Amino acid sequence: MDVIAAQLVNGVSYGMLLFVITCGLSLVFGILGVLNLAHGSLYMIGAYVAYTMTSQWFENFWLALIVAPLVVAVLSLAIELILLRPTYHLGHLSQVLLTFGLAYVIHDVTSMIWGSDVLSIPLPPPLSETLHLWNQDFPAYRLFVVAAGVVLAFCLWFVQEKTRWGAIIRAGLSDKEMINALGVNIKLVFTAVFLAGGYLAGVGGVIASPILGLYPSMEFQTLILALVVLVVGGLGSIAGTFVASLVVGIVETFGRFLVPELSLFLVFGLMVVILICKPDGLLGKQVVRH
Amino acid sequence: MKRKFYLIVLAMLLLVLSACGNSAIQSTTKKVEKAPKEGGVIKIGVLLPLSGVYASLGKNLQMGMELYFEGIGWKVAGRDIQLIVEDSEADPQVGLRKARKLIDQDQVDLLTGTVSTAVAYAIRDEVDKKKIPFLVSHAGGNDLTRSKRSDYIWRSSFSSWQIGYSLGQWAYDHVGKTVYIAAADYAFGREVSAAFKEAYTAAGGKVVGEVYPPLGNNDYSSYLTTIKNAKADAVYAFFAGSDAVKFVQQYEQFGLKKEKKLIGSGWLVSEDVRKQQGNAGVGTIASIFWDYHLDTKENKAFIEAFAKKYNARPTIEAMEGYDAARIIAEALEAVGGDASDPDKVVKAISNVQFVSPRGPIQFDKETHHIIQNMYIIETEEVNGQAENKVIEVIEKVKDPGQ
Repeated sequence: MDVIAAQLVNGVSYGMLLFVITCGLSLVFGILGVLNLAHGSLYMIGAYVAYTMTSQWFENFWLALIVAPLVVAVLSLAIELILLRPTYHLGHLSQVLLTFGLAYVIHDVTSMIWGSDVLSIPLPPPLSETLHLWNQDFPAYRLFVVAAGVVLAFCLWFVQEKTRWGAIIRAGLSDKEMINALGVNIKLVFTAVFLAGGYLAGVGGVIASPILGLYPSMEFQTLILALVVLVVGGLGSIAGTFVASLVVGIVETFGRFLVPELSLFLVFGLMVVILICKPDGLLGKQVVRH
Repeated sequence: MKRKFYLIVLAMLLLVLSACGNSAIQSTTKKVEKAPKEGGVIKIGVLLPLSGVYASLGKNLQMGMELYFEGIGWKVAGRDIQLIVEDSEADPQVGLRKARKLIDQDQVDLLTGTVSTAVAYAIRDEVDKKKIPFLVSHAGGNDLTRSKRSDYIWRSSFSSWQIGYSLGQWAYDHVGKTVYIAAADYAFGREVSAAFKEAYTAAGGKVVGEVYPPLGNNDYSSYLTTIKNAKADAVYAFFAGSDAVKFVQQYEQFGLKKEKKLIGSGWLVSEDVRKQQGNAGVGTIASIFWDYHLDTKENKAFIEAFAKKYNARPTIEAMEGYDAARIIAEALEAVGGDASDPDKVVKAISNVQFVSPRGPIQFDKETHHIIQNMYIIETEEVNGQAENKVIEVIEKVKDPGQ
């Protein structure tokens, strides 16, 4: 029993890690309709900036957790204003290609700046310790990731559902022209949402990198994981992404535990099953209703 | 909603395509000309991954080679040496294309390099057919000097077997009677752990379980929980690069370090990952063919020369590049700088032997594989930093060749 409980905790913490990584992508896709393939790259920049901050400027993980995502947010602001805004009218395909190209550019630029060595971010004492629960040991940082995921999910839900900003965003999603006619500057809303998506990508990078590490091509690995979660959860629904992260995390963890030979296949298998049985994703219906 | 799904599927296809064939998108030819082009230049084709996951290994091999050739003034037997470096991207198809380019277009006299065994296998028939002496300076797949042996292929690095087998007996004698094996799921990880298992079970030890996480795995938590609840004295692990950083860190974080000794191949705690692991690697026992802290005058001289030129510590790959350059130089010296007859060149390579930074080395003329010392190393804390210490030397380890 202890082992099962321990694996469940592992699964939940891995799932929350996926949520932290994916929520920014989900937000931007749900509201802007832009599938930002540079999301992984923004995630990577967040991680690398946090690495530079913790290893060279100041040795404070918490400060890096706040500052590094802001750097990413500023960068994504520039991306939105300069690259995306002129291309909104061109349709989804050109945005996919644009952001995909951007991912390669960022890939080369980061490897020029940070090199191709493997790096990692050291954790401060309360987070680097090991906790003893149900006869098993858990790194404290895993539990921190769970907490961070829950807090992020709550904030996103609260903003979207309970605030005026959220109402404007949801209205903009269903009818752009109408909300424009009502006197809301929808362009500004889009910019703000993309900025928030970039910020979340940065947060994801800082939180995930102590576990996932920093190395060349990390962004593409992350992006594929995030896309799987996005599809499983239902496009553009934060609640869907939250549930999908948990499901994917738990399925993958138990898959590795029970049938380790299949671990690489399981998550994609899950995605295929979801696509066949419930093409809108786990909570996709809700999106349609909005 | 449907259109959006097509969009995502398209995006995934793009990603998968780009992952499989980086070549189509970022295929560049990197040419480094180190000596003036004139008559009498000996051209050495260097095929290394300079982009992608193995980029830092390729870079270090190149740095090691350049360090040695610089030391001899880029000249052998009165002839200038020119390195033509091509990026293999660790992709067999790209590697083969670049090898053909080096052989046909640049007309290189010798070929060296390849980090990825898959690339070495891919170009094997090409160098065999065209009779180009090929000194393998890293790729460790067993078969390269076994079933895929060629008259023109010689290997100065290591074989998976040498790495895994050398720790088996020692682990049984000094660590414990039962182990759990965890290794990255690719040819090299499988071969190294199979060799370890062969030696360990032959000594009387018992392997209680095996698990093979995918290469480039992101989270080891569930594997570690499984291993933690198995009854084993130790864990034998094969991971390298970012996998090694994650595995060793998470091994400590999940509380396994205090219960089960971590043993494995030297890449688990090598120069390029140890600093990033913090002190998580302290206490690890590993087998490898060179270490920074190897206390010989040849190694000290090498480290000093490397630090002087690059202001950094050499990695094991830099040492491999340095040795490969020296083997090539000594072989060319022996044939009086005349590289026109490949059979004479490979014969000269087979006779090369010297004391390298890693200890005395020579070639096994039967298998074309290097005979070298293997070292058992232990990671310990020195002034707050994790450093390796050589605790045992296994002399003249020879690959069985089959």
